[in-house]
Amino acid sequence: MAKRIETVDLSCYYGSHKAVENASLVIEPKSVTALIGPSGCGKSTYLRALNRMHEVIPGAWVEGTVLLDDVDIYRPDVDPVAVRRTIGMVFQRPNPFPTMSIYDNVAAGLKLNGVRRKSELDAAVERSIKAANLWTEVKDRLGKAGAGLSGGQQQRLCIARAIAVEPAVLLMDEPCSALDPISTLAIEDLISQLKDSYTIVIVTHNMQQAARVSDTTAFFTLRGPGEAGYLVEVDSTTRIFTNPTEQRTEDYITGRFG
Amino acid sequence: MSVTLTATDAAASGLQSRRYSGRAIATTVAAALVFTALLFLVTPLGGRVGFLLVGAVVVLAAVAAVSWRIEGRRKSVNRLVTIGAYAAMVIALIPLAAVLGYTVTRGLDRLRPAFLTHSMANIGPLEAGGGVYHAIIGTLEQVGLASLVAVPLGLLVAIYITEYGRGRLANAIRFFIDVMTGIPSIVAGLFVFAFWVLGLHRGFSGLAAALSLAVLMLPVVVRSSEEMIRLVPSSLREASYALGVPKWRTILSVVLPTAATGITTGVMLAVARVTGETAPLLLTAGGNNFIHTNPFSGIQSALPLFVFDQTGRGVDAAVNRAWAAALTLILIVVALYIAARVLTRRNSLASR
Repeated sequence: MAKRIETVDLSCYYGSHKAVENASLVIEPKSVTALIGPSGCGKSTYLRALNRMHEVIPGAWVEGTVLLDDVDIYRPDVDPVAVRRTIGMVFQRPNPFPTMSIYDNVAAGLKLNGVRRKSELDAAVERSIKAANLWTEVKDRLGKAGAGLSGGQQQRLCIARAIAVEPAVLLMDEPCSALDPISTLAIEDLISQLKDSYTIVIVTHNMQQAARVSDTTAFFTLRGPGEAGYLVEVDSTTRIFTNPTEQRTEDYITGRFG
Repeated sequence: MSVTLTATDAAASGLQSRRYSGRAIATTVAAALVFTALLFLVTPLGGRVGFLLVGAVVVLAAVAAVSWRIEGRRKSVNRLVTIGAYAAMVIALIPLAAVLGYTVTRGLDRLRPAFLTHSMANIGPLEAGGGVYHAIIGTLEQVGLASLVAVPLGLLVAIYITEYGRGRLANAIRFFIDVMTGIPSIVAGLFVFAFWVLGLHRGFSGLAAALSLAVLMLPVVVRSSEEMIRLVPSSLREASYALGVPKWRTILSVVLPTAATGITTGVMLAVARVTGETAPLLLTAGGNNFIHTNPFSGIQSALPLFVFDQTGRGVDAAVNRAWAAALTLILIVVALYIAARVLTRRNSLASR
């Protein structure tokens, strides 16, 4: 089920502005890959290019290749909707659908893709909410609005919603930056459980978090304000945080970034 | 540094200030009013309205001045602006309350079940009696048909502008919708009169009236729906896309439900606006005294036409009928508005 992603010379643009330049990276299945780097280095843009969410923004486009297993997802005959069905995403701010109940939020991906059978939906909802470690907290109020939950619960609800459609890859764009330490811990525990069945890519500003949850870490940076971000190096997380190859990585990790 | 602060310490620190209490304010107001009264006695000033206006200004100035002395500049300005805001609200409510109150007192007299269930058939132009049944039917059919045309069309245009339209075409559509908002209602009536009633030889009918009302409704529906759809955060659309939901499904199942309450309010405002339109109906519906249920052919009455017709007759019986009809019109709009709000509320979830 989990799939491998490889990008070859991937550049991302907003109109004529280049945000990411020639990023080549292999993301192994059933592992957690963390993308770190300073603000504006293009790590979120790169992440959104992996499931063709980048092009949703008017004027945004990419150059290069993104291979999902062996298929280039930017080939003209590939349907972006099908790509996003395979590569799910969790956003920085919890964004449950405000008009839907907890149950409907989790079932949304399936329902809106045509699944109608009640038993199938029930099973998927329960399985996903349990997988997101949220079941005990919400099982008695599945009919209530998702917006009534706390921030951390909402984010786990969004993760449940994302995994309900059984994607092969889960992209997370700073999933904990709007949460308190306890909720962050809950999400991090969840990430280490989820990597048994999914390929996970997580963007984070928190280097301790990258060190805690990821197997592989990729460091992005930029030459100056307004310039394109680029990939400096990618290696096992242990190596990046103890003995990186590049001086720029070490400067960033140790807080001497300039 | 010491933990306990005595009163003097606090005063010295500038954290405390003297208070301008309610009783002191009352005294200031009373003094200001006495001053105004004296002013009216010794100067040529006079009149009740004049006293109210001059009194209000003197009271305001006195309160502000005393407050400045006691509490300082910031609190004085705060009092002045607060009073100004409340006053503006009251002044804005006066015409609304007056219109509503006057219509209710004048209209309630004749508003009886018989008035609502009878037409003006066989009632002479200057006789008492009769009712608005035929006009209610006309208004409901015409506004209903107009909504049937304008609401789906307007909603689709709004969706096009917000979700699909890019560049020149969308801007051009938005511009023409804005221009349409400014069309005087008589021009909309004239257009349908020339194009439909005369041009296509369709004659006066409820449908012709509905078409002219639809022309007036369309821009209001488009602009209000557009605003509401724009308010839906893009993060919700992205969340839906990320689940592999196609764009049309996202619009239908995520964007529109989220904007539903606002869209309903906009649609109801448009309905309320055209329900009271009179000018275009003169050229399209015609108006008659009989029950005519078929909106697709033949002249039909409507409540605004009825009011217009009756006020012009100049006898008490007719004028009273006009007031009762006006009240009926207001009640119909209010009822529609409440019904729409209840419907959308039932469909949206109560949080928590």
